[in-house]
Amino acid sequence: MKSPENEHTEIDLLLETIYRRYGYDFRSYARASIERRIKLFLASTGCASVSEIIPRVVDDDEFASRLIRYFSIAVTEMFRDPLVYRAVREEVVPLLRTWPHCKIWHAGCATGEEVYSLAIVLREEGIYDRATIYATDFNNEALDRARAGIYEMDKLQEATRNYQQAGGKRSFSEYYHARYKSAAMDSSLKERVVFSGHNLASDSVFGEMHLIFCRNVLIYFNRDLQNRALGLFTESLVHGGFLCLGTKEDLRFTDFRDQYEVVDDKARIYKKKDMP
Amino acid sequence: MKTLRTKQTPQPPCFVCHHKAVVMGGSAGGFKAFSAILSPLPPGFSLPILVVQHLRPDDDGLFAWHLANTTRLPVIEPCDKQQIERGHVYVAPANYHMLVEQSGTIALSVEEKVNWSRPSIDVLFESAALAWGERVIAILLSGANGDGAAGMLTIKESGGLTIAQDPTTAEYPVMPQAAIDRGAVDEILSLEEIGQRLVELGGCKAEE
Ligand SMILES: C[S@@+](CC[C@H](N)C(=O)[O-])C[C@H]1O[C@@H](n2cnc3c(N)ncnc32)[C@H](O)[C@@H]1O
Repeated sequence: MKSPENEHTEIDLLLETIYRRYGYDFRSYARASIERRIKLFLASTGCASVSEIIPRVVDDDEFASRLIRYFSIAVTEMFRDPLVYRAVREEVVPLLRTWPHCKIWHAGCATGEEVYSLAIVLREEGIYDRATIYATDFNNEALDRARAGIYEMDKLQEATRNYQQAGGKRSFSEYYHARYKSAAMDSSLKERVVFSGHNLASDSVFGEMHLIFCRNVLIYFNRDLQNRALGLFTESLVHGGFLCLGTKEDLRFTDFRDQYEVVDDKARIYKKKDMP
Repeated sequence: MKTLRTKQTPQPPCFVCHHKAVVMGGSAGGFKAFSAILSPLPPGFSLPILVVQHLRPDDDGLFAWHLANTTRLPVIEPCDKQQIERGHVYVAPANYHMLVEQSGTIALSVEEKVNWSRPSIDVLFESAALAWGERVIAILLSGANGDGAAGMLTIKESGGLTIAQDPTTAEYPVMPQAAIDRGAVDEILSLEEIGQRLVELGGCKAEE
């Protein structure tokens, strides 16, 4: 059997190869998940070892992009963690109202469920029409699905309870149109949304934001890359702007803790401090 | 105190100091089993304990809270990147897989369910095997599905120690039995014996 050390070295080599050849930088991703994804990829290709896939990654673009898709864990849900959306309604929206216009960035939006969930909240709170929403991810396939906004009917029905717990004011089914086993989100919900490719590991900021959602993305980064991403967010946010992380992502464990105050601890909503 | 050692007379490594962590998995009937094992452990137990119990998606920390009432060890539902400390019990939060990094921190993931579960026991066990190899002690308890068997096998193949709750004593025998059937188990013990075994294994207070 291969020693763990050898395996770690091979993985370093693989990630370096992907970076040099395709420019996607996974060298600073959290290792445990990357290793797990590589194992799953190996199993799906029938290759026995990491060293076996390195030459194929170099030669075969299609093969490489399949591997890169394995590193994007585009798993998401409508109104995941309802308490977060409730907290946004109660604690963030009142302040968003005080700005004439508000810009919102979903970084790592995956297939878009989170974007539509927040759009519904903004609509019900009466500020959707003055929002501009940027929804970004490095996974273009996921972005295409986000743009299309078509989801399995079963999943949407399951989300009805979450919508209600999130403080939903209407009937959730008013927001989508069922077609057989799938349903399309109401097109007005994407009127104010710009979907676009953006890589937190290599791209820079693209505008001033009032609210940034980046949930369950930083868990896949190591500390260096987390700092890079949080640096982008901090640069983009206006003073008093909001940052919302995943419920198990704690800003207190990062270098940025002093630059934010806690708005809602459980919902992981933070507010950028006014710096002198 | 340090003892002098020469190359000719190598000392066997202290079994506890040699180990990095105990990983445990449970499903139906798991709560009782976990509490029976954790309650006799003394405060300052010398290894960290990582726990995956199959939870309802809306558990919201309830399982960890109840478990904390049955043991003298601090019980934590960790955040991502939290440092793993000796003598602490880490319970995987509902809706997240819990993995470990070689450097000794927790890594959480929201990727797809494994064996219809998130958290999944296999995910924790396999990541522990990858991070720490033979330095892992794995324990599989009562449950009505097959999660954990593959992870036990990986840990055994990496040279770690694997213990299953004796299925004849388990509220739901399917899960430990599945691991036994795959030849993934070193020791088959009752809950009481597992508790004693851990006290014995975790008794050494020497630092690494
Ligand atoms: C688990 S999903 C989170 C989806 C959603 N925010 C939620 O919480 O439900 C993680 C997403 O982060 C994206 N991601 C990972 N690394 C990224 C990077 N470097 N730049 C942009 N997006 C990234 C993945 O493609 C994936 O869609």
